[in-house]
Amino acid sequence: MDPRPLVAPLVPAAAALLALATGRWPNLRDAWSPLAAVASFGVLVSLLPEVLAGHEPSASVLALAPGFPLHLRADAFGLLFALLASGLWTVASVYNVAYMRAAREKHQTGYYACFALCVSAALGVALAANLVTFFVFYEVLTLATYPLVAHRRTPEAVASGRKYLAYTLGAGQLLLIAVVAAATLAPGAEFRPGGFLAGTASRPVLGLLCAMFLAGCGVKAALMPLHAWLPAAMVAPTPVSALLHAVAVVKAGTFGCVRVVGWVFGTDLMRDLGADVALASAAAATILLASLRALGEQNLKRRLAYSTVSQLSYVLLGAGLGSAAALAGAMFHMAAHGLMKITLFFCAGSIYLRTHRAEIPELAGIGRSMPVTMAAFTAGILGLAGVPGLAGFVSKWNLGLGSLEAGQGGFIAVLVLSGLLNAAYFFPIAYAGFFGGGGRVRFDEASPALWLPLAATAGAAVALGLVPGAGLHLHELAWQAARNVVAGGRP
Amino acid sequence: MSAHLPVLMVVLPLAGAVVVPVVGLASARAARALALLALVLAHLCAVGALRVVLANGTWRYRLGGWAPPWGIEYVVDALAGGMAVLVSFVALLTALHARYSHEGRNPLNVATSHALHLLLAAGLLGIVVTGDAFNLYVFLEISALSAYALLAGGGARAEVAAFRYLLIGTVAASFYLLGIGYLYAATGTLNLADLAARLPQAPDAGVVGTGLALIVIGLAVKIALFPLHGWLPDAYAYAPAPTSAFVSSVMGKVGAYVVLRFLFFVFPAGGQAGRALDLLGLAAAAAIVAGSVMALAQRDLRRMLAYSSVAQTGYIMLGFGLGNAAALTGALLHVVNHAVMKACLFLSAGNLLARTGAAGVDECRGVGARLPVTMGAFGVAAVSMIGLPPAGGFFSKWYLVQGALERGAWIYVAAIVAGSALTAVYMFRVLEAAYFRPAAPSAASPPAEAANGPLFGPGEAPAGMLVPMLILALAALGLGVFNQALVDGVVAPALAGVAS
Amino acid sequence: MEHAIHVLATLLLLVGLHGMLTRRHLMRKLMAMNLLQVAVIVFFIALAAKSGAQPPITAVGDAAPRAHDYVNPLPHALMLTAIVVGVATNGVALALLIRIHRRYGTLDEPDVILGMRE
Repeated sequence: MDPRPLVAPLVPAAAALLALATGRWPNLRDAWSPLAAVASFGVLVSLLPEVLAGHEPSASVLALAPGFPLHLRADAFGLLFALLASGLWTVASVYNVAYMRAAREKHQTGYYACFALCVSAALGVALAANLVTFFVFYEVLTLATYPLVAHRRTPEAVASGRKYLAYTLGAGQLLLIAVVAAATLAPGAEFRPGGFLAGTASRPVLGLLCAMFLAGCGVKAALMPLHAWLPAAMVAPTPVSALLHAVAVVKAGTFGCVRVVGWVFGTDLMRDLGADVALASAAAATILLASLRALGEQNLKRRLAYSTVSQLSYVLLGAGLGSAAALAGAMFHMAAHGLMKITLFFCAGSIYLRTHRAEIPELAGIGRSMPVTMAAFTAGILGLAGVPGLAGFVSKWNLGLGSLEAGQGGFIAVLVLSGLLNAAYFFPIAYAGFFGGGGRVRFDEASPALWLPLAATAGAAVALGLVPGAGLHLHELAWQAARNVVAGGRP
Repeated sequence: MSAHLPVLMVVLPLAGAVVVPVVGLASARAARALALLALVLAHLCAVGALRVVLANGTWRYRLGGWAPPWGIEYVVDALAGGMAVLVSFVALLTALHARYSHEGRNPLNVATSHALHLLLAAGLLGIVVTGDAFNLYVFLEISALSAYALLAGGGARAEVAAFRYLLIGTVAASFYLLGIGYLYAATGTLNLADLAARLPQAPDAGVVGTGLALIVIGLAVKIALFPLHGWLPDAYAYAPAPTSAFVSSVMGKVGAYVVLRFLFFVFPAGGQAGRALDLLGLAAAAAIVAGSVMALAQRDLRRMLAYSSVAQTGYIMLGFGLGNAAALTGALLHVVNHAVMKACLFLSAGNLLARTGAAGVDECRGVGARLPVTMGAFGVAAVSMIGLPPAGGFFSKWYLVQGALERGAWIYVAAIVAGSALTAVYMFRVLEAAYFRPAAPSAASPPAEAANGPLFGPGEAPAGMLVPMLILALAALGLGVFNQALVDGVVAPALAGVAS
Repeated sequence: MEHAIHVLATLLLLVGLHGMLTRRHLMRKLMAMNLLQVAVIVFFIALAAKSGAQPPITAVGDAAPRAHDYVNPLPHALMLTAIVVGVATNGVALALLIRIHRRYGTLDEPDVILGMRE
């Protein structure tokens, strides 16, 4: 019984309460988030050596229902997501304060409290060891993100908030039925590499359950056609879009899908049900359709949103393919995409603060006035397109290997095609940014509080691409988890 | 003293009801203090009795020393004890809140209100602990009469609504009386335990069946089970806040308790009782959906909450209708959860009305900034009503869904989930208006003296109105996080005596 | 003919229900409700009756009573309570009617509803 998996989600929750309580003193209130971020990141990093060695520190308190304790466990996959979320929160909390103050946004106290609560919920989702714990934190995440989507309180924001709730709460109900059913079939509903549902019910029932699980998690994972809430949610302030809608919420959805595939059903059962090909195909369709849709968007954040929809399905593709390399690539892509996308969103935010430009045609020449920002942006988009030397390449390579391993080589074409599409809708922005526009422009970079975070995440993306196993050993964590899943079915 | 806890918890509020108006002739404050004292003592008796019962098993108390079945006995088992604790707790909290609806009334009026509140509490507690069917009728009518009088205190429309409720409620109670008359004709006894022993051998199944049908119909009207719910929305919508909080949260639950008693503890399992339960289950599923849909259509906040009660009663009866261990656990858990949530919601609606004059959903715009504590409590209770973790409502729903899945009753699962989705829509509509929409320019301004400083928000209610509501909101959360303790400690022993 | 009393009780019940549903005047509804309560009381008393039985009163010094010689006193006792409950209900109902009449000037239900709308 190791208290650390329990402490990690509790620290941000405490920060949320403290932020609510100290709303009248802005400097104090704003300090809680960075402090809590560093603290929870530290706790999680301390778990790294043990998890890499194959142990799984866990903490179990309370009983939520008979046979279902509130059980938090740091296994390789969970720790990967948790490190990603808390690590990026550390960076994002600095950017958050700078952005909110520069934009003079209102209702900041509720904002910071909800933000911290979201991270707490995301960490809870990451470290959950059974379906009940997972579901509780998953729904808390929905509740905590709604006020952030509707934050600006414009009619558009309120409408987007409603859409968000409709999608996520509806998915939550579906997921509830699936979770209760799984809990009835298999007492304890503990996540087990290789799944625990095999043989517990007939094929049609398991197939229906699988569909319900994937639909329930698929909404947050923006699997088409359940993705419509994500572009609408771009009306939120940019730090929300950056951390939550590029990292916490959507990654929680993909995390859920991968957990379901690997630890609830198991890759063998998925293949048996035919669900693996179904998921991979839906993911492939999403990848391509979302990329095509991104081409048509002129608003930068909306283009980034559709790019997110597309990139998230890389993870789902890997989960569908089910081989070790595919799973490893999928899990690593969660981290890689998170790093790269947050960079892009940070850049979009900085650019908007400085120049009030949100549409892509207006960004011509901005690279010359904001070179650091634009360089980071370029690094991000190169990574997303899968250029070697950046993090995105590592995951795509693994996914390609994985599709060959799974005997579904056709999906490599999807990967290649999507890389080209990525280039098509991103590269022109960078090109026009540096070489477009006319004449000389003043150097007018964003304040350090804004460009340091994005430079850090861009640098991390590059570092992760060159040396995937460095630093937090994310690559090793991904492979360890993938191997566990694939080997889990057989003793 | 402690040997008489079961009867004390009924007698103390009853005696209080008699003494308080007399004291009120002299001083309203003394009257109120006396009323609160009686309720605190009643609550302590209930808690004490529950502890004894959990330790030693069912407590059979003979009134006046007369042996049953000729004498009336009070039977406190884990179920009755738990209900008694719940009823006395809510009675106490709503009485604390009642002070603020009494402002500006003359002392005798205030004292009489408190006396009626005490009578209602005494009646409900009597229903819960009695072991005699006719005694139950008497307490049923005591609580009903005091409810009619209390509900009429809400002004003009409340009087008409209360009169209608009186007519319908008396008919329902008469049906119940007729029903136990049939049971008496078939078995010769009115003692619940004795009935349970004799009913399996009763010679005439038709007589027993008629009695069962009449009892169930009468009780169904009392708990406002769809489609016999017509009296409820008017009665709850116009009543004063603490009354509607008390009545909506507890009266329906006590009625459901009586249904549970009769159908699971008195009548033999299966057979006629089984058929009645199946019908109740269907009505309950309809109640969940219909109640939620009708709540959605309401513009007035308290009417919306009243229709929501119709739906939530459906959840409880659905659990009874399914009848397996998980569903019954869910139903009982929901009894507790809903009592707490609904009381909190009505109290916060009352605070809203008192401080801002907002009665409709649309009038709640921007209220979140002016009354942050009130709306915070409303939000917590709303999340629990929708059934989202970690609040209590989620766990009762969990057990209900589990029970339904175990019985393969997919329609019931769909009804439960649909109810949650609809509840989410009308609850979030209020929260959205309160927090995310700017206040309309013509919104009523708060009373001249802001009762509290900046800590509570510019228009927030005084502490006395906030504390009971906050206690209930915290309870709603606590009942969720610690639900297993409640299930293991009280609900499971309560269901241990169930025939099926 | 032992069922005549049950027929009476059923008739009273139906008349009461009918009156409550169809009469527009609130006082008439109340009276119909009373009829319904009387029906239940009659039913119970009918339960107590036995053919050839005496009222359940004995004098000191009499032989030990045999149950089937005397009318069953229990339902009578219960119905005394029920009558008291009925009286109390009437009291509350009449008080409410007085207030409604003072406020709306009428006890005719449609007119009262109209008055409520304002």
